[in-house]
Amino acid sequence: MRRRFLAQASLAAAAIAATRTRPAAAQAPVEIQFWHGLAQPLGGQLEVIVAAFNASQQGVKVVPSFRGSYPETMVAAIAAFRANAAPHVVQMFEVGTGTMMAAGRAVKPVYELLAEAGVSIDFNDYLPAVRGYYQASDGRQMSMPFNSSTATMFYNKDHFKRAGLDPEMPPKTWEELAEAIKKLKAAGIASPMTTSWPAWVQVEQVSAIHNIPLASLGNGFDGLGATMQVNNPVMVRHMNNLIAWQKDGLFKYGGRDNAADALFPAGEVSLTMASSSLRARLLRESRFAWGTAMLPYYSDVAGAPRNSIIGGASFWALNRGPSGGRNAAEWKGVAEFYRYLSQPEIDAKWHMDTGYVPVRRASYQVAKSQGFYEKNPGTEVAIEQLLRGGETTPNTRGIRLGGYVEIRNIIQEEMEKSFQGQQNGQQAMEAVTQRANTVLRNFERQNRG
Amino acid sequence: MRKTVFKGTALPLLLLAPQLVITAIFFLWPAGAAIWQSLLQEDPWGMSSQFVGIRNFTEVLAEPEWRGAAYNTLIFSTAVAVLAMGTALFLAVQADKSIRGANIYRTLLIWPYAVAPAVAAVLWLFLFHPSIGLVGRALNEAGIAWDYKLNGNQAMLLIIVAAAWKQVSYNFIFFLAGLQSIPRAVLEAAAIDGAKPVRRFWTIILPLLSPTAFFLLVVNLVYAFFDTFGVIHALTGGGPGKATETLIYKVYVEGVQNVNLGSSSAQSVILMILVIALTAVQFRFIERKVHY
Amino acid sequence: MKRAWPHLWLLLGVLIFATPIYITLIGSTHDASTIGRGDVPLLPGSHAVENYTAAWVSGGSGRFAVSPASRMLLNSTIMALCIAVGKIAISLLSAYAVVFFRFPGRMIAFWTIFMTLMLPVEVRIIPTYQVIVSMDLFNSMAGLTIPLIASATATLLFRQFFLTIPDEYVEAAKMDGAGPMRFFRDILLPLSVTNIAALFVILFIYGWNQYLWPLLVVNDRSLETIVVGMAKMIGTGDAQNEWNVIMAMAVLSLLPPVAVVLLMQRWFLKGLTETEK
Repeated sequence: MRRRFLAQASLAAAAIAATRTRPAAAQAPVEIQFWHGLAQPLGGQLEVIVAAFNASQQGVKVVPSFRGSYPETMVAAIAAFRANAAPHVVQMFEVGTGTMMAAGRAVKPVYELLAEAGVSIDFNDYLPAVRGYYQASDGRQMSMPFNSSTATMFYNKDHFKRAGLDPEMPPKTWEELAEAIKKLKAAGIASPMTTSWPAWVQVEQVSAIHNIPLASLGNGFDGLGATMQVNNPVMVRHMNNLIAWQKDGLFKYGGRDNAADALFPAGEVSLTMASSSLRARLLRESRFAWGTAMLPYYSDVAGAPRNSIIGGASFWALNRGPSGGRNAAEWKGVAEFYRYLSQPEIDAKWHMDTGYVPVRRASYQVAKSQGFYEKNPGTEVAIEQLLRGGETTPNTRGIRLGGYVEIRNIIQEEMEKSFQGQQNGQQAMEAVTQRANTVLRNFERQNRG
Repeated sequence: MRKTVFKGTALPLLLLAPQLVITAIFFLWPAGAAIWQSLLQEDPWGMSSQFVGIRNFTEVLAEPEWRGAAYNTLIFSTAVAVLAMGTALFLAVQADKSIRGANIYRTLLIWPYAVAPAVAAVLWLFLFHPSIGLVGRALNEAGIAWDYKLNGNQAMLLIIVAAAWKQVSYNFIFFLAGLQSIPRAVLEAAAIDGAKPVRRFWTIILPLLSPTAFFLLVVNLVYAFFDTFGVIHALTGGGPGKATETLIYKVYVEGVQNVNLGSSSAQSVILMILVIALTAVQFRFIERKVHY
Repeated sequence: MKRAWPHLWLLLGVLIFATPIYITLIGSTHDASTIGRGDVPLLPGSHAVENYTAAWVSGGSGRFAVSPASRMLLNSTIMALCIAVGKIAISLLSAYAVVFFRFPGRMIAFWTIFMTLMLPVEVRIIPTYQVIVSMDLFNSMAGLTIPLIASATATLLFRQFFLTIPDEYVEAAKMDGAGPMRFFRDILLPLSVTNIAALFVILFIYGWNQYLWPLLVVNDRSLETIVVGMAKMIGTGDAQNEWNVIMAMAVLSLLPPVAVVLLMQRWFLKGLTETEK
């Protein structure tokens, strides 16, 4: 018995030892731990870029490590930070931006990092909708924009033909879309429309495109005191439309986050609104002709349509733990890594390989000069939509709310309750506002001091 | 109580040491930490924390979402315990009757015990998935709108069935063992006295099974409370809406997804109190009613 | 006819119990598109070899690909064995101490252990997770297993059993001049074999089936366990998943524990009933 116990104990001890022996950073190069949340195949493509950076110089070695989905990566980074073992750079999805902005000393802002390291990156060349999402309200860059997408509409041209609709004229407005899905239904399509990312596409994007606030204080950019404002006439009307369409079998709710992604390539629905990066999957799986279009808008709302907002992730530089603990060489290494990523050629290649949008105008030009958009019709739609209406407004910069991961789930939950017939659009948006405000006040309280 | 024992103090303490050390580090310390954190307000990064007394508790208890989760937990665990124990008892009685086949049936029925809750959930998903599941598709084709991703009651039904399915075998093993350990002579005597089978079941078999049944009730409730996390996580993620969010799932969501440590800890502490109360009540009950 | 009813009921029970596993087994022998289309097959297909190879060697190729099943099965086995053996070892020792000795602090020790019954890992996940992170056990087999090793259940079961051992055994041992450790080794352990075997089956399965804890403590792919890995493959649960490989993975994930229960059945049942008394 005792022998068995000893065997067990020594096994455990060996396991402890195994975790302790991390690859030691010898003299040079400086080792930069980099946690990301991209599954295959994107994660592999990202790691190829990292390897190319490592090969391009001797001073810095970036060690990439996949840490699960975005939320898992975020939680892992926070836990590691509390235990004084945070990575140098973590990839954080856009909804985590509010939480990161309020993290204070935990984060090393990009502008500070670059200034100290004497590295410069021309952020003015970045798309406003991209750079703005990750800037403090005074315009200083807080995190390094990287993989960005936006939502677009995909539609099945074969279905359109069958319903007597012009396959080259996708609906531009919600009014046109309402007519189209009725015709599609009449032509025998069981559920003509669906949406991925219900909160991002049907609430956040709809707010931005109509230039109405999702929350006060410029969607939270101007302070932690922001309150949710989705209980406005446009959002309520849109929710009521979705609920009515769902009841009439015109709209099919496909689940939270990107669960509905599969419905369109399978030919079950005629049109979907999803991340522009769904394109890669459509190319692989769809057995029909399809097109890409901008998200629709309500034609009677003044000021619409504006630019859509981005999704995706950016890179954040972190201190080791609550007591700081990084030296200048490490920060310099991070800055070098960022400079490498900012090159238009690198960004353009990432854009063309993955379906994310280019984050710089210069990279957009690179892709254009290579004839990418002629060869791949529809890929430009997302960029045009992001640039629509010129500079961004306080309502179209993005969303800067603390605890937004939770709020997004609240929006999805309340939408689900509506689709179950438990409440109407007004009630849903009231409930979202009320519950989200609780989260916001709680976050404000936690981060005040 | 044992009368003859060995002497010494150092040796027994040494024997207890491994268990006590692990208990202290991984049970008592975290439990203490949970209680302490439940009284704090902290930002996710641990940069600032502030003592707020019982505010986290008052806020949690006032939250409609928490009450909803408590209600879901009640429905879910009652349904799982009743379904799993009822089915198991019924099958065990049948197996006990057919003396010859009992062992074969037992072999055929006990294996789901070994299936992980999360895997059980996935197995049932293969049956009830609205588009790839055998039953799910059949229901939809029969005009019953089956989509557990949208219909809260259907989602609850699905996780109850998946959770209970796995637990039936465990209960079956114990009920059958309990039935088989009832001396045949007792039953034969009752039969000679003219007691009908149904009456025999209620007046003789069931009372003799009560220790087993109480033991199983504790096990089933604890199972439904905690071990079914995998079922919910793999199948519904607490949705649609919050239709299948149980108390334990909410602790996870609050603590792990929303990194709201104060509230999550307060909920953990409430759960601890609940479990302690449950265990205490049941052990008192068992001590009195059942002798080992 | 009266005799047939129990058999009919039992057969129905067996059938209902086997349906999900049968569907899964069959599904794992078809190709992805057959399942994705929703043509639920009821008879075996011809793709078993490639599906199981895909699961075993690569862990799938879709967006929710995980570690290869070979790796995850190994992880699960190590984890389950560590937990089962560890729990039995420390519980035997502590039950022995509590039952066969009188010493100051005995009741405190007993109640301390007993309290763990009321603190399942699920109610203290966040702080336990923090302990693991601060002890640098995150992403390690030790972090995965050690916190699950302490348990009141096993200790209580052994205590129960030890209490049934007649005083005469102890007296005889004392008369022979045997010390406490010799009594433990030569008398108590041999008597406990069936209990140990029964507990081993239960605890092996308990360990194998852990879900929440591995989900939290491990995000290193090379330490992923098969139960968590398989659930991860479901992703958002959409119809276009590689259901064929997922089904193969599900079968692989439940085979070892099912085999343990079925192969150790007699021991297991005997032990269970004896511990119950």
